[in-house]
Amino acid sequence: MQLIKSDINIDFIGKQKIGFVLSLILILLSIGSLIIHKGPNYGIDFVGGTLIQIKFSQQVSVGKIRSGLSNIGFKDASVQNFGHDYDHEFLIRTSNLEMSSKGLSQSISEAIKASTGIAPEIRRVEMVGPQVGDDLRKKALLALFYSLLFITIYISGRFELKWMLSGVTAGSLMTAVYFLSVFNVGIAVLITAALVITLALFWVLRLKYAMGAIVALLHDVLITVGIFSILNLDFSLPIIAALLTIIGYSLNDTIIVFDRIRENIKGVKTKDTFPALFNKSINQTLSRTILTSVTTLVVLVPLYFLGGEIIHNFAFAMIIGVLIGTYSSIFVASPVVLAATKRQSGNF
Amino acid sequence: MKSFTFKTVAITGVILAAIVWLLPTFFNCWPHKKINLGLDLQGGMHLVLEVQNIKAVEVELERTIQEIKKQLRKENIKHLGISRLNDNSILAKLQSGENKSGFETVLSKNFENLITQKPHTDNNIITYKLALPENETENIKKMATEQALETIRNRIDEFGVSEPDIRIQGGNRILIQLPGIKDPERAKGLIGKTAQLTFRLVDDDADVNSAINGTPPVGAEILYQNKYNSTSGTSTKIPFLIKKRVLLDGSLLTNARVEFDQFQQAQVGIEFNRKGARIFDRITGENIHKRLAIVLDNSVYSAPVIQDRIAGGKAVITGSFTLNEAKDLAIALRAGSLPAPVKIIEERTVGPTLGADSIRTGLVSMAVGGFLVILLMAVYYKKAGLIADLALTINIIIIGGGLAAFQATLTLPGIAGIILTIGMAVDANVIIFERIREELRTGKTALASVIAGYDRATLPILDANVTTIIAALVLYQYGTGPIKGFAVTLSLGIIASLFTALILSKTILVFTLKNKQSSKLSI
Repeated sequence: MQLIKSDINIDFIGKQKIGFVLSLILILLSIGSLIIHKGPNYGIDFVGGTLIQIKFSQQVSVGKIRSGLSNIGFKDASVQNFGHDYDHEFLIRTSNLEMSSKGLSQSISEAIKASTGIAPEIRRVEMVGPQVGDDLRKKALLALFYSLLFITIYISGRFELKWMLSGVTAGSLMTAVYFLSVFNVGIAVLITAALVITLALFWVLRLKYAMGAIVALLHDVLITVGIFSILNLDFSLPIIAALLTIIGYSLNDTIIVFDRIRENIKGVKTKDTFPALFNKSINQTLSRTILTSVTTLVVLVPLYFLGGEIIHNFAFAMIIGVLIGTYSSIFVASPVVLAATKRQSGNF
Repeated sequence: MKSFTFKTVAITGVILAAIVWLLPTFFNCWPHKKINLGLDLQGGMHLVLEVQNIKAVEVELERTIQEIKKQLRKENIKHLGISRLNDNSILAKLQSGENKSGFETVLSKNFENLITQKPHTDNNIITYKLALPENETENIKKMATEQALETIRNRIDEFGVSEPDIRIQGGNRILIQLPGIKDPERAKGLIGKTAQLTFRLVDDDADVNSAINGTPPVGAEILYQNKYNSTSGTSTKIPFLIKKRVLLDGSLLTNARVEFDQFQQAQVGIEFNRKGARIFDRITGENIHKRLAIVLDNSVYSAPVIQDRIAGGKAVITGSFTLNEAKDLAIALRAGSLPAPVKIIEERTVGPTLGADSIRTGLVSMAVGGFLVILLMAVYYKKAGLIADLALTINIIIIGGGLAAFQATLTLPGIAGIILTIGMAVDANVIIFERIREELRTGKTALASVIAGYDRATLPILDANVTTIIAALVLYQYGTGPIKGFAVTLSLGIIASLFTALILSKTILVFTLKNKQSSKLSI
């Protein structure tokens, strides 16, 4: 069976302007949403607070649970249905951390029992103190940064044999980030700055494949985060895991395309043929680009629908990431490498 | 027949080893190492405590101040007050004159460890600022955390939790994992209890109410007793004026156990060691008709009037305890007090039913996803697809075996990681098969196409997977608990899929082509 014909020849490079506009719109929407919402909609993992999942044996109204909670002074608590209606499960979120003598979950359980008449089963309690939340946020950002950095070192090492150059660049960036993080510079600002410098360095040092990779990855991560922000979904620890996996995985397609570009570019010297050559490479690998994404989506979709509420958002982030990653390996990574190649074509 | 090459032996070895490691999870057999389930799958409690070990430094400083005062009294040197400042240094004031040299002698003789700043004279009053050296405060803090860990471990052992995991997590944090805990609230209460037991006299010379409105007299503080009225369900707070001087504390206890009074009300009977009994004997003898307060964690439990000298070193702590409260208090007192209060800064508790649900939904989505991928590959690549499906199945067995062999923990995100690798594992096969198809189109024979396809696809496949492994390793380094579990299954899955795609499926393909002597490849 074959879905994509072997002689397929779509003019991707000719359409790169459309891709560019589309990516730009998505990125602007993401940044806009992030600005309006003042950053991602952080879950308790990153800002601290308490989350309690309760289950009833029969139908209970959200209003009654709310009134029970406000009776014990939890006016800011949010109550929402969790999972299917027939589960009678609810998720309670509050910024309160701990009650004086009795445990928080016990007080909540008693208050809800009083207002609804049914004792809830406490299925899950997650309490994160503000300092732990800060730590986790910092760690998450550092993890994103380091994985991006290590991957780009690997890419420029493997594709351009400039291990030393990219290693030294990355090493000095890491040292700078490490020292500055000691001085409590806002970690988000710090990492943004580091990434901008990384991009500039790759441009100056002519590490074109690494640059194509990192631009595509930033594109994927930013849009995934943006879609989470637009849909107002909780940004929790598993989402960071999903983002890191996207960083690692969305590059798979890119690498296959890059590999083919490198194979085809050997011996070619004329600048004019580059767009055609890039286009040929993308088309030659199109079948596997699409198919590998399909096989991954085939497992992610059941995970999204059947994997249960806790894993729901994780699966969603992965699905977005795989789709965006596939798109970006064709419409972002390759055009960036092409632009960089054209600029330095004298060096071939 | 060249079937017994080194390669085939190695492949069979890896697969057999994975099966052997995986079996104990399902059957009771050698090597008896099951896959560990994380707290989110088997239910349990994860706590991170912060030991407020600065309090231990404060206690040490207060003790030092008492020592200095005692020495000065002994040497007959007068002072104008020695107190602890908020920055954890000691401020000592004395009238200038003959006291100065005496004070300095006491300092250099008995307290040479203290760092003394140059004294400051103002209006004939000399002010000294003393401080503990940095390494000593650090040491006190470190000891406090270690002692807290030890104490909590003892308490949990007595409470009875199977396979608890308790360890220090950087600096002053203690990580506690209690799998399958039935009553998380009670365990939290027991772990968090400082259990600082002191015996102190009630200050009957001053009036409590005027002390509440004004300031308590020197050397005394206001503490409360919580009285719980079981008929009305309300609790009241009764203030007491308690002297700060501790006559006896819980460190000299040898035993604590639950007892019952004549109304079957639970109380905690405590027993002192020989030294404690002697002190108890003396203080009760010296303070007859005065009230002796039993203070636990800054709450007054009772303040009976001493009727007579009490020998034998036994006492009871009463309060309106429930049976479990009394049991937990006895455990806490036996295990010893925490050197500093602890604060729960992170808690993640999962009930057993939720854990079971998570396993079920995880397995269902794994089965559905796996089935769809297997179907897709078989339809799209025919016989070669079946080889990929076999490789996929073995891939999952290797992940399971790896989890058991490394005694890694399987978490809910970990299951998601396995599901994800099911989708990703076949990617390598897709890339190879597409390359083989490309080679076939150039007119090569089946065998030549297969070999060329693998040759040319191996490096990009390695590259693509290395990047994912890099991300997984970073995630492992920075992730906590369940997320680490995801990083583990993801890494294992990638390594396994490299093995199955690049070595196993290639060997099978080449083997079938060579033996069938047919030039047709079903791909």
